[in-house]
Amino acid sequence: MVQKTMASKKALRSKKTFSERAKNRWESAKKSLSKNKHYYILMAPFAILFFTFTVVPVIMSLFISFTYFNLLEPPRFIGLDNYIKLLLDDEIFLISLRNTLILAVVTGPLSYVLAFVFAWLINELRPKLRALMTLIFYAPSISGSAFLIWLLIFSGDVHGYANAFLIRFGAISSPILWLRSPTYIMMVIIIVQLWLSLGVSFLAFIAGLQSVDKTLYEAAAIDGIRNRWQELWHITLPSMKPQLLFGAVMQITTTLAIAEVSMQLVGFPSVQYAGHTIVTHLIDYGSIRFDLGYASAIATLLFLIMISTNIFVRSILRKVGS
Amino acid sequence: MGVFKRILRRLGFGKPRKLNRSRWGDLGLFLVLLIFGSFSAFPLILTTSNAFKPLDELFLFPPRLIPRNLTFDNFRDLAELIGNSWVPFSRYFFNTLLNTVVGTAGHVLIASMCAYPLAKYRFPGRTLFFTLVIYSLMFAPQVTATPNYIIVTRIGLIDTPAAIILPAIASSLGLYLMKQFMEQIPNELLESAKIDGASEYRIFFQIVMPLVKPAWLTLIILLFQRLWVTDGGAFIFSEEWKPVSYALRQIAAGTIERAGTIAAVSFIMMIVPVVFFVFSQSKIVETFSHSGMK
Repeated sequence: MVQKTMASKKALRSKKTFSERAKNRWESAKKSLSKNKHYYILMAPFAILFFTFTVVPVIMSLFISFTYFNLLEPPRFIGLDNYIKLLLDDEIFLISLRNTLILAVVTGPLSYVLAFVFAWLINELRPKLRALMTLIFYAPSISGSAFLIWLLIFSGDVHGYANAFLIRFGAISSPILWLRSPTYIMMVIIIVQLWLSLGVSFLAFIAGLQSVDKTLYEAAAIDGIRNRWQELWHITLPSMKPQLLFGAVMQITTTLAIAEVSMQLVGFPSVQYAGHTIVTHLIDYGSIRFDLGYASAIATLLFLIMISTNIFVRSILRKVGS
Repeated sequence: MGVFKRILRRLGFGKPRKLNRSRWGDLGLFLVLLIFGSFSAFPLILTTSNAFKPLDELFLFPPRLIPRNLTFDNFRDLAELIGNSWVPFSRYFFNTLLNTVVGTAGHVLIASMCAYPLAKYRFPGRTLFFTLVIYSLMFAPQVTATPNYIIVTRIGLIDTPAAIILPAIASSLGLYLMKQFMEQIPNELLESAKIDGASEYRIFFQIVMPLVKPAWLTLIILLFQRLWVTDGGAFIFSEEWKPVSYALRQIAAGTIERAGTIAAVSFIMMIVPVVFFVFSQSKIVETFSHSGMK
């Protein structure tokens, strides 16, 4: 009997503490909310738009990918059917996956290294020349539809500059259909994409190089560093790590999303789907066939590919020099 | 001989060498920049010169970088085409102006408002929110195109300029760059203002915003460029809300007899962002020196 009351008292006490604790937590949350009120208010407009147009769509995309949805009828749950069809029955998706991976493996690292090398070389120039060269390398990425000039360069008749040039020097005897023959389509996309690729990451590298502490170089010269290569490896690269990480994220995201160049230059769809990428496949199902469930499955897969590549590359880059 | 010597001197020969720089290294550097610089510049120069060429010079090989018979005919033809369009061209122009001005101004203001607490204060939810922003840099906007269309339709923004402007305002790259840039503002400055009795809002508008002006330009050019090329896509289907880039693209969709006009269109589309960049380059580079990620 005594034991029982003790036990119930104990239970009562713990219950009280539990409700008290909850109350305390609520109080402290309220306090922190009122203390930080101004910050939340300042952040609210952006946060609302960001959630509406970025966070919610990602979640929605995941849900829609498990349904059949054509915008007219309400979505119908079909489980993993979209994914099964995508990975097992859709040969064109496999082609687009292969093309995207080729583009990512070739254009991604190459454009990343080129952006850094050019930024590094430009950094040695005098300020005025440096500004000019920065403009020359950065301009393609901001010049809108100017990349269409490559249609003229790679035009399939004898007047196309590439053909005319090669014929004049006797390398080929008849014009090559650069934009229509599956053998050359990927090459053309890679060249044009590289031309366009010195964007935001390039600027980040230029800026990063300018902010490296100059006294480090003098100290290094005393410590026995003899040429620019040693300087690059031992001082410049380690001090630029944050910019290098940022640049990698930008470059990976753009290369995995290549679509515009392919669609405008080699056509949509391209001959034998030779220039088809995951994003053009997504556009095909999303904007033309209106199979939104299937398009969402493609989008979700692309999302996973992009995020995992980014995390993987970041974890490698973080290790460099440490 | 004298000229040759002078050129060599300008290239840095005969001057005292900088630390750890060999002469041959400098020469190699110069050559590499020259070759790749021409590769980068050639298509842009060609786009420019084509816009001022008469039709008979457009398809010559080797292409003339400086047109022999310089002409403004292409622009005149373009103006004529524009003048005959069903919707007056000034309307397209107004739409682009509306999108870019409201979009960029809104982006600079709203992204900065959000960046300030993220950069300077610790509070619950801050880390989570910023992590989401970093993750959003890791995927391209194409991923969310379908749900975005559904959301825009549901909210009732479809076929209004807001369908283009609002998503652009919430561009996470701008927020990221602004937040990184704001971190370098000394805390003492904010604290002394607080001691003087200034509210958070006043500190933001009167101290923080003027200090981050270089970052404004960066956010402006990144967003301007995005809004400048957008043609409205699936979000705008009424002709009277279409932007300039849409109208120009329609004209550019013509075939060979329009080659001159197309060249003029390409030139206009290219030159506007490029000129903007030329004037704001130093400030933009300054912003990017704080862009680093951990």
